[in-house]
Amino acid sequence: MSDSPAIVESHNPEQQHHFADMEQQRQASSLGMWLFLATEVMFFGGMFCAYLIYRYWYYPEFAAGSKTLDIRLGAINTAVLICSSLTVALSVRAAQFGKRKLLVTLLVATILLGLVFLGIKGVEWASKFEEHHVPGYSFHFEPQAPSHPNTKIDPQRIQIFFSLYFAMTGIHALHMVIGVGLFAVLTFYAWKGRYNSAYYTPIENAGLYWHFVDIIWIYLFPLLYLIDRKK
Amino acid sequence: MSEHVVSTKLYYAIWIALLVLTGVTAGVAFIDLGPFNTIVALTIATLKAVLVLLFFMHLKYTSEKMTSVVVISALFWLLILLALSLADYTTRPLGVN
Repeated sequence: MSDSPAIVESHNPEQQHHFADMEQQRQASSLGMWLFLATEVMFFGGMFCAYLIYRYWYYPEFAAGSKTLDIRLGAINTAVLICSSLTVALSVRAAQFGKRKLLVTLLVATILLGLVFLGIKGVEWASKFEEHHVPGYSFHFEPQAPSHPNTKIDPQRIQIFFSLYFAMTGIHALHMVIGVGLFAVLTFYAWKGRYNSAYYTPIENAGLYWHFVDIIWIYLFPLLYLIDRKK
Repeated sequence: MSEHVVSTKLYYAIWIALLVLTGVTAGVAFIDLGPFNTIVALTIATLKAVLVLLFFMHLKYTSEKMTSVVVISALFWLLILLALSLADYTTRPLGVN
């Protein structure tokens, strides 16, 4: 088909046949990703709503439960996620410039930071199991010196706090696990040289997902760890 | 390259701002501000989320109006969920669950 060189030249092998051009494909893909994130807002929104209502009802218990969480590990994990968001943002840029080695390095750094986050989270969860703060049959809570002498702490209500803590951090961690898996696949393809300045949508969309998961944690940290820390 | 390319300097600046704000929010939590502790914590969290959205997620540079429509709808629906639910629960007498 040498009589139509213009069409042959402009066709990118990554372009799906139902899109007019690469730009349209990128826009459609990006819009789809943002729509997915909108459903994720709804998904996490339900849990945030439950959290707000129970926090309103059981504030003393939520404050007591929050105080048992390790604020240092929580803050370190926030910093780890922020660093991973930076490596993701830089990896999109590396893909835009077609820098293969830099892209692979940054993606691997993102995966490692994601695993560090999950590791720290695992340590926190393990200590909750040791302290019998996991809701259920063996739940036990010794209220340390109550901040307000008149408030009675009901251990049953503290279970609600820890239920929400495990549900919210658990679902967040599940998103992190999925994100790490996603980036592992992208690293493989990036290493193979699949992404360049003309085609890097998968990196961009995975990046959007990762940043979204980061934003969820940005809210979880103050809501779960910092309820009533004042001396 | 149709997408806007952000300079690395700006990325590093946002990164440092996010880390500083994390430190601030953890530090302020130990100071007794009464009901303002929660307000300050959530304001800082929202500021951080906006920084991530605008710069890391490129919302500031997007030329596609549909992206903004999706983001604004998502936040609007979240607002309906939270505001209407809390309008119910916070106006009932306590203990009448």
